[in-house]
Amino acid sequence: MSAAFVIISILTLAAALAAATLPKLMHAALSFAVAFVGLAAFFFLLGAEFVGLVQIFVYIGAVAVLIVFTILLTRRDVEKDRGFNWSGVVVAIAVFGGLIWAIFKTQSLSVAAPGMSVLTVKHIGEVLMTGYVWPLLCVGLLLTAALVGALILVMEEKR
Amino acid sequence: MSVAIDQIFVNGKRWLLSWLAGAPDWLVQVASSLINIFALLAVFLTLFALMSVLERKILGRIQNRYGPNRVGPFGLLQPIADGIKMLIKEDIVPVRADKIVHFLAPVLIAATAILALGIIPYGRNMTPFTIDGGILFFFAVGSTTELAVFMAGWGSNNKFSMLGAMRAIAQMISYELPLIITVLPVVMIVGSLAPDTIVAAQDGYAFGVVPRWFVLTPWGAAAFLLFFVSGLVESNRTPFDVPEGESEIVAGHMTEYSGFKYATFFMAEYIGMFAITGLAITLFLGGWHAPVRALEFVPSYIWFFAKLGALLFVYIWLRGTLPRTRVDQIMNFAWKFMLPMAFTCMVAAAVWHYAGRGLRGWLWSFVVIAVAYTALSIILDTRKKFASRTYRFAE
Repeated sequence: MSAAFVIISILTLAAALAAATLPKLMHAALSFAVAFVGLAAFFFLLGAEFVGLVQIFVYIGAVAVLIVFTILLTRRDVEKDRGFNWSGVVVAIAVFGGLIWAIFKTQSLSVAAPGMSVLTVKHIGEVLMTGYVWPLLCVGLLLTAALVGALILVMEEKR
Repeated sequence: MSVAIDQIFVNGKRWLLSWLAGAPDWLVQVASSLINIFALLAVFLTLFALMSVLERKILGRIQNRYGPNRVGPFGLLQPIADGIKMLIKEDIVPVRADKIVHFLAPVLIAATAILALGIIPYGRNMTPFTIDGGILFFFAVGSTTELAVFMAGWGSNNKFSMLGAMRAIAQMISYELPLIITVLPVVMIVGSLAPDTIVAAQDGYAFGVVPRWFVLTPWGAAAFLLFFVSGLVESNRTPFDVPEGESEIVAGHMTEYSGFKYATFFMAEYIGMFAITGLAITLFLGGWHAPVRALEFVPSYIWFFAKLGALLFVYIWLRGTLPRTRVDQIMNFAWKFMLPMAFTCMVAAAVWHYAGRGLRGWLWSFVVIAVAYTALSIILDTRKKFASRTYRFAE
């Protein structure tokens, strides 16, 4: 376990804990963004540069901004201290238990992982455009549909 | 001789690192990074100081007055006076502000702006940090700016700040799309996201004279113009500076900032401008390559900074000549013109590639761009819309 791993873990866990416990919703959302950065740092540590960059790009640039805006636009009482929510605890414990169960049920790999060649952006592009072109097109179609849907939602009504 | 001058900084760094010979590997790596960071900060903070005074001087000339000329020779010491003034000003934090967020916003915005500088090749062998997905890194870091602007607006607990932040974020998100899509043709043609490879692909001369810069192909020229305009919007510069306006929303998300925090925002804006111009040079203007073979003896970094200076001058020039646009005009322009044109650039680049990257490809991609541009202008012709302007929410 390298020092970098320990530092990043502490940072990510602290941010995640802060996101779960901070009384102000906006603070929680912002510390959530810090947790995203921690995850991206893990990807960098593992040598998955591209995934790390996309993690920052999508999760900080889009998802975090989206979360922050939804809080801002939908809550009237952003500042108010919310009471403790027991159903949240139940969901959290259920998810945690499920993950732990899955991890312990997984058989440990008997063979060592094959030696990875350095994964370049070019390689990812080639794979996306050949082997995974169908899923890529489907995702593209889905996103286009979402975009059109959003346009229809905000379109001015003709009077 | 010219090679020695060209590589003077690279060799200088190697010489500095030679002091650490025998030290553990990680220490050398840290020292190497620190040297890079220090050089970047020194160069670009000086450039920021220079730019702030030059901008005021050039704007003065455009508006038929002198501009700053009291402090030092030709007013060149003005930034030092400004800096001292900003430092000794009282730092006011509003009572009802969210103190932590209010403090962190300028820190984050300056950090992201400086990080983006790290991937740009400033000269031969002079890329501070070589990352395989460098272009992606630039945009990933740049997208963090939106969160910082939001933090500034929300943390100030002020309606002007919040509205200004909303405007800034709306226009940044809208123009991030054409900005990134205009980069795609270059990435497609070069086949790499690494800035060094992109610069290397623009080496050499067609017919022995014309440099192979992407801006000299039809798709490249169109993409460069779109990229430049999007860059103007991303750095909140004058025709697109709606996030701040004295008569409407004071200074936008910076309303509640004073003293050095305000200076930090100001600096981040300029550094962001340098970064996006630097990327434009890397992508379209041949990076550090010389325009003419006869001038290749001039060091590569001088070419880079000459191009940077020229583009920054255009920024100032535009600020001095163009009026401001309205918010809805900016948004319409982004979604109805910039985005379709950006996609057209992609198609034109593909046409250029498959028609043989020569004169024939040049003509065909020109036809694609011209047809798309004419069609868009006819469709978007808004002459008749000036007559009836309806107000939806202010009746």
